[in-house]
Amino acid sequence: MAQLSSNLLYIAFFIYFAASIVFAISLFGKKWRKSDEATHSKKWGMWGFILSTVGFLFQLSYFITRWIAAGHAPVSNLFEFTTFFGMAMVFAFLIIYLIYKSNVIGLFAMPVAIIVIAYASVFPSEIQPLIPALQSNWLKIHVTTAALGEGILSISFAAGLVYLVRTVNQEKASKSTFWLEVVMYTLISTVAFVILSLGFEAAGYSSTYQFVDQNEQQVTVEYTLPALTGPTDGTYVSGNEFGPLVEAPAWMKGEKAAHKLNTLIWSIVGGLALYGLIRLILRKRIGAAIQPALKNVNEELVDEIQYRAVAIGFPVFTLGALIFAMIWAQAAWTRFWGWDPKEVWALVTFLFYAAYLHLRLSRGWQGEKSAWLAVVGFVIIMLNLVVVNLVISGLHSYA
Amino acid sequence: MSDKNITCECGHINPYGTEICEVCGKPLQGDSESNKLLNMRYEGSARRSQTYKTTIIDKIWNFFSSVKVGIWIIVLLLVASAVGTIFPQEMYIPPLSDPTVYYEEQYGILGQLYFDLGFHNLYGSWWYMLLIAALGLSLIVASLDRFVPLYRALKKQRVVRHESFMKRQKYFGITELVNNKAELSTVKEVLQKKRYNVKEEDGHLFAEKNRFSRWGPYVNHIGLILFLIGGMLRFFPGMYVDEVLWLREGETEKIKGTEEAYYLQSDGFILETYDNNDAKFKDAIEASGQEAVAKNYQTDAVLYKQVGERIAGTDPELEKIKEHPIQVNKPLKFDGYAIYQVDYKLNELQSMTFTMDNKETDKPVGELTVNLYNPEKEYELNDGYRVEVMDYFPDFEFNDKGEPTTKSKVPNNPAFILNMISPEHPDGEVAFVAIKQNLEPLGENDYKMSFQNVDTKNVSGLVVRKDNTLWILAIGGAIFMIGVIQGMYWNHRRIWVLRKDNEIWLACHTNKNWYGLKRELESVTDQTGLHMPLDQSEQK
Repeated sequence: MAQLSSNLLYIAFFIYFAASIVFAISLFGKKWRKSDEATHSKKWGMWGFILSTVGFLFQLSYFITRWIAAGHAPVSNLFEFTTFFGMAMVFAFLIIYLIYKSNVIGLFAMPVAIIVIAYASVFPSEIQPLIPALQSNWLKIHVTTAALGEGILSISFAAGLVYLVRTVNQEKASKSTFWLEVVMYTLISTVAFVILSLGFEAAGYSSTYQFVDQNEQQVTVEYTLPALTGPTDGTYVSGNEFGPLVEAPAWMKGEKAAHKLNTLIWSIVGGLALYGLIRLILRKRIGAAIQPALKNVNEELVDEIQYRAVAIGFPVFTLGALIFAMIWAQAAWTRFWGWDPKEVWALVTFLFYAAYLHLRLSRGWQGEKSAWLAVVGFVIIMLNLVVVNLVISGLHSYA
Repeated sequence: MSDKNITCECGHINPYGTEICEVCGKPLQGDSESNKLLNMRYEGSARRSQTYKTTIIDKIWNFFSSVKVGIWIIVLLLVASAVGTIFPQEMYIPPLSDPTVYYEEQYGILGQLYFDLGFHNLYGSWWYMLLIAALGLSLIVASLDRFVPLYRALKKQRVVRHESFMKRQKYFGITELVNNKAELSTVKEVLQKKRYNVKEEDGHLFAEKNRFSRWGPYVNHIGLILFLIGGMLRFFPGMYVDEVLWLREGETEKIKGTEEAYYLQSDGFILETYDNNDAKFKDAIEASGQEAVAKNYQTDAVLYKQVGERIAGTDPELEKIKEHPIQVNKPLKFDGYAIYQVDYKLNELQSMTFTMDNKETDKPVGELTVNLYNPEKEYELNDGYRVEVMDYFPDFEFNDKGEPTTKSKVPNNPAFILNMISPEHPDGEVAFVAIKQNLEPLGENDYKMSFQNVDTKNVSGLVVRKDNTLWILAIGGAIFMIGVIQGMYWNHRRIWVLRKDNEIWLACHTNKNWYGLKRELESVTDQTGLHMPLDQSEQK
């Protein structure tokens, strides 16, 4: 069952990939079209939607079979949560597509969902037993609702990105073009990180170091990427004999700080390499390369979708990530609120979108300003997913 | 201020500060011939903050009624909250560590800075509290400032609007009539099909839907205010109890924090772990590197209530209320209290058994069992043998001066100074007895204490909670959700259709989601043959 489940996820992943390509054809492929533009885009958009739906059904089957295999809702660790988050994004996209029939949102939302699911594959995917704190019906209720809310909010990011690529003036370099490229680069470096991690894992790379931590404890740390930065006064123990090239700065004293720094450097460098390569091929900014394909996109519609996703997602997120979370925390941790980092970041996300809504509805921040806010919102959601679980330790560090 | 009221040409008396007549919509301020789009925000009603600006109270009111200020408060709270997660808050650092050195030790210079700035206790700091108070004030003032006049204006609005009101809407269009009458009734039908509430007056139409969605923001703000009040209530005595209760297997303890005197008995603490060879979880447990993964923490508890008054010096009379296995996620609930499973200690020392031996014959002359929580002063053995407890160190260590002392009252490392009295030594011989230690500090003895065995028990770490603020928080949360959904999932839309001679004038307004209104309008004009109104904000 577990094997079947993971195969279903692979299939879903590739169907999503195909759907993205079909959406791309619906926008880019106008040069070799046989039919007129509207028919072409409608036809291919339809296929994109159908493929996305089929992919979603496959991932849903993955989810159900894994649930049966594990005996509990598969949302209990980072791998499971992140894949579910990707699925929620696809689901949110399908709903938005039904309302607005916008192919260009598919072109951006599906690849982002793919990157999220690919990122999930970096985490251990074994079926884990549930520790006592997680044994509750609220696990499925709280986590799925929160993830669905975040998925819908992510569609707002996809739409915001479309808006920016469509409207930012690419004729000359500006702050907007720079930050748009930063967004592109960040997405690309996530891809690079996934490729590097899976590549080195497939090659069986591992080296272990030993060092004395700030509590005078002898600690061993395993690197699955070649060690560029090692712990202070670390010694090589076993595995691949590469590096570390340098020691992490002494002031970085946190738990496994050197190891985290190493991972970060690999992501940045890998991202730069991949981004550089793409720029070399395109010979222009990525934003500038995509822009021509979006020239027929109705920016008002995209702005509307971007707002609607927040309008729909914000209540769902609040319900799942704050209210259900509090009800569960009261039962499991004796208090509904305890300033645990994950709780705080859910609050930060809530406050951010509250500010977004006030700015948009009361101060008239629409169009580009609103699109940038949608991008920042997604950054906050990803921070809460990645940094809070992996860098800051707290009660939610289950992975 | 009644003399300052503004009388519109339609005869309606508007409060001072009104920009658009509440009834007919005639613009009351600025150039009446202007073609500029009307500012429809809050219906151009007389908001206190826009009207009175002189006294200090006005200024405070105006400050907190500003959405801009509100957004700043939200952003400041957001940033402050995020900063508080960079390093763990004081409550999450290991219990016995000293924060003055912990942050520096663990996180270096940045950690020191974090501590010096007081960020280790950020969420309890005066300035964080002040920000939350400011948010509460802003919620109340901003809502009142807008809700009251908006409610008035929407309640008083009439079907027929002033021409200049129509012309100065964002979407406005004129359709010349070829034949008359029939079309207006189609318009009415089409609008009704779209679930508009359509009113007719002298051949003019006014269609409105989802006005209740306008109240959404105010409803959700009320929810938030209730929630904040609920958070404050905690600081009132009696509203909130939070106690730690350590309960040993087999023992009954008075439950701290319950004034009516409840008692809890533990029939045992259970720690279960997952089978490391379980086919389902084997891989994960191996990969995690842990020896075992916990499956269940459970205290089999029996709850008793005291009957009547307790007479000093006697055991209370107890009445059994219920049995309940307390597990994580399944607290024992009674009378507004909840008891949670949060911690445990396995095999805590309870008592130690020694024999007093004659060194020469190596034979015991008697046996004694010492309760480590409550040792007796003296243990009587047979035939004139006795053991006096001269001193007891439950958690023994040598202090800086090299003297024996105890770290805590918990018998983690018990040690005794005992006086062994025998017929040969009626004044006794002194022995220092600890785990794997047997010293004779005052010279060679004829008798010695031999350790025989220990008795251990599991101890449950429980938390006793009462939170009488939960109900108001729940109500606040529920109202907030209702308000948010009401405001976000519906949109207030209005369409005015005015018949003027041979023309039909069409104007419409919404406070958000213009795109949706535009699409609805396209559908209406499609079906009725009216011209699609133009977006006047796009024309220069």
